[in-house]
Amino acid sequence: MSRKIGDVILDLQNISLRFGGVKALTDISFDIREHEVRAIIGPNGAGKSSMLNVINGVYHPQDGKIMFRGQERKKMEPHLAAKQGISRTFQNIALFKGMSVLDNIMTGRTLKIKSNLLLQALWIGPARNEEIEHRRKVEEIIDFLEIQHIRKTPVGRLPYGLQKRVDLGRALAMEPQILLLDEPMAGMNVEEKQDMCRFILDVNDHFGTTIVLIEHDMGVVMDISDRVVVLDYGKKIGDGLPDEVRASPEVIKAYLGAGH
Amino acid sequence: MPKQANFAAVDGLHTFPRLLFHHAQVRPSEPAMREKHLGIWQTWSWLDVAERVRALACGLASLGFKRGDNLAIIGDNRPHLYMMMSAAQCLGGVPVPLYQDAVANEMLFVLQDAGIRFALVEDQEQVDKLLEIKDQLPSLEHIAYDDSRGMRHYTQPFLHDVHELMEMGRIHDRNHSDFLNEEVEKGHFDDVSVMLYTSGTTGKPKGVCQTHAAFIAAAQGGAQVDNLGADGDILSYLPMAWVGDHLFSFAQSLVCGFTINCPESGETVMTDLREIGPTNYFAPPRVFESLLTSVQIRMEDAGQFKQKMFHHFMAVAKRCGGSILDGKTVSTADRFQYWLGNLLIYGPLRNVLGMSRIKVAYTAGAAIGPELFSFYRSIGINLKQLYGQTETCAYVCLQPDGQVKADTVGAPAPGVEIKIADNGEVLVKGAMLLKEYYKRPDATAESINAEGYFMTGDAGFLDEDGHLKIIDRAKDVGKLSNGAMFAPNYIENKLKFFPFVKEAVCFGHDRDMVCAFINIDVGAAGNWAERRNIAYSGYTDLAGKAQVIEMIKTCIEEVNASLAHDSMVADSQIHRFLVLHKELDPDDDELTRTRKVRRNFIAEKYKVLIDALYEGKGNQYIETEVKFEDGRRGKVSADLKIVDVKTFPIAKKAA
Repeated sequence: MSRKIGDVILDLQNISLRFGGVKALTDISFDIREHEVRAIIGPNGAGKSSMLNVINGVYHPQDGKIMFRGQERKKMEPHLAAKQGISRTFQNIALFKGMSVLDNIMTGRTLKIKSNLLLQALWIGPARNEEIEHRRKVEEIIDFLEIQHIRKTPVGRLPYGLQKRVDLGRALAMEPQILLLDEPMAGMNVEEKQDMCRFILDVNDHFGTTIVLIEHDMGVVMDISDRVVVLDYGKKIGDGLPDEVRASPEVIKAYLGAGH
Repeated sequence: MPKQANFAAVDGLHTFPRLLFHHAQVRPSEPAMREKHLGIWQTWSWLDVAERVRALACGLASLGFKRGDNLAIIGDNRPHLYMMMSAAQCLGGVPVPLYQDAVANEMLFVLQDAGIRFALVEDQEQVDKLLEIKDQLPSLEHIAYDDSRGMRHYTQPFLHDVHELMEMGRIHDRNHSDFLNEEVEKGHFDDVSVMLYTSGTTGKPKGVCQTHAAFIAAAQGGAQVDNLGADGDILSYLPMAWVGDHLFSFAQSLVCGFTINCPESGETVMTDLREIGPTNYFAPPRVFESLLTSVQIRMEDAGQFKQKMFHHFMAVAKRCGGSILDGKTVSTADRFQYWLGNLLIYGPLRNVLGMSRIKVAYTAGAAIGPELFSFYRSIGINLKQLYGQTETCAYVCLQPDGQVKADTVGAPAPGVEIKIADNGEVLVKGAMLLKEYYKRPDATAESINAEGYFMTGDAGFLDEDGHLKIIDRAKDVGKLSNGAMFAPNYIENKLKFFPFVKEAVCFGHDRDMVCAFINIDVGAAGNWAERRNIAYSGYTDLAGKAQVIEMIKTCIEEVNASLAHDSMVADSQIHRFLVLHKELDPDDDELTRTRKVRRNFIAEKYKVLIDALYEGKGNQYIETEVKFEDGRRGKVSADLKIVDVKTFPIAKKAA
């Protein structure tokens, strides 16, 4: 594959996160480069989702620095993260069940809508042109994810695998620079996983989106990521190319137990 | 665009490119093609299409495409793929459409046989297939693709984006402005216009070479019988490699000047059908079957009142709907009831089916159940059967308005001559006959007899009105051991009319009784099971449920009862059956790509089951390997229950 991996876009330095006495993350440092697929793996409770929430601004680490495009981010709020081009999908699908696929993906465009509420309600002037433009973007995503046939179906009626795809669609709708995927393939069958892998790689390739991914399926992780960081009990125990990580004794120990 | 020569004035419109450029002159701004893209229907006028065809043709020429070259076309129905057919024809080349869902190895034979140098494919998926087998295709020089998604990292110099190809063509056209007009003028009606490969029910596929004259004759004849004009719309969703699509989409739209509409994707056909509301519609019986099944399922889920209303008015329609459509006399009371029904049921139903504007709907490819056929006619859809083969441009018999019968395929079409051979085989002659099988003079000689008749391989007879009635494939018609005629297709079609039966395979040649394999329809039978609180995990599980088998048994007994009434086939009542543990699938070679059962292959593959049927066993264990779409393999096993069915005494015909 000939994707060009660029400079460091997000640099996490010595991050520590505590909830009262519980240490969720301890002194973790790693970086994310532009256009790469970066996986975070680790056993249950290792702190993967907490890490994602730190990047996304939901949690605020007590110690450490986050450098985003060379600038330090002191206190990040989710909506600010979104404005800066970080979007995410959720482990438990968080779509609007009663709304159609089209409308759900349209909500991903909210941040991009400039015209005021009154104009939008009356659907006149610039608001109208703007909505047509947004709709075109959304249709491109629908085309990209091959979900034309369910465009007008309420999300609640769709099977799980398709809901996950819609979730990805909504995250894509805001044209993110960094896309955070929290277990995008959990609970899927082999075919759905293959589809999802293809879409993730396509997104990365087509839009050049940087992807940070949490996943349990080791086969998937090793296949599609450029670099992998391994967490265990809130500590970083490995970081590098998939093959390096797979060969690391510490990682093997954490995953398979000391006996192996 | 350089000025186009006026071919109509020169020497008639006897090739497809001439027809195309003629339309571009007489109706330049009328819609020629539509495609749904990004949720919106995009329209190309005849002028747009002509401009693109010119660009494509010149592009091909600048890559070295020559008169007599074959060009493979692989993909779903897309405007550029149809335009490419015309482009190849402009240069005196021959488009060869392939079935787009075939795996690479299945394509290999056709691509080698046709000596393909150029191919236009739809997308990355098809490009990958060709790259997979490119080593074995030394003659393949250039591949163009329509959809550039995912193609950014393909650096092979022989791959071309179709838009780049058109750009190349436009430059070529500016530099040699007379080139294309001259090429088109060189085209002759006796040149081969398209090569369609037979589906291969028997042996290796054969390339059927059809001329411009043959397809134009077939398209004109059909248009004349059904008064097709330039103001129509057709939804083109059937494989481009199928003769039916080539006739009704490509040939007839060029002859009549109506609009081709390409659906957004295979899954959106039903929505697109409703949005377009085509005036001409073409579908094989299974599509009509599945439409009816979905209506029946939804009606079962409807409220009491709606169900009552539906059943009442369907009874009215059954009584007089067909006669009203045929313009026969019907009592005033029935007319009023039908009018009311039209308001409340038939109209809305036609609308749901996307058939409100239909002038004529055709079905062909296999025999259609008479009940199914009457259903559509009774709700006011002018459904007709037609009969033909790839070798006859799908044009032998047509049903003229007012003379439509459920059990015949209609009268010989204009310009077609029919003769029945001594063994019951149907022989045909006319302008629409194939020129030859590609590089197979032996096969050509075998299928066309000394008097110039094409031997269809179908057994049939002409009834008292001169309408052709097809019984079965001539070679499939067998005999039971008591000498009675056994026409498996005929029985299978009767079975398949039940919404629960998706596929049936009957055996009985040289045997003392008829036995059957059944495939249940997971949609219909699953719905039926859910309603009765029968839990199931998938096809195999559902097919093994005692209640489901019992339900299928009652269906078969109904068939037996109706067979008993017809002395010709009364001996063919089904004595024993089983429900197969897996769905018959073209990927496992059990069906052809056009979804016809390959009876002999199935008989061999499931020999243990057939033995069990005829040895009188009560059950049989079987394990079968299945191929998944991505090429992986798996196993399905089950212990199948074999069931005896009640048969009926043969009713003697009253004198």
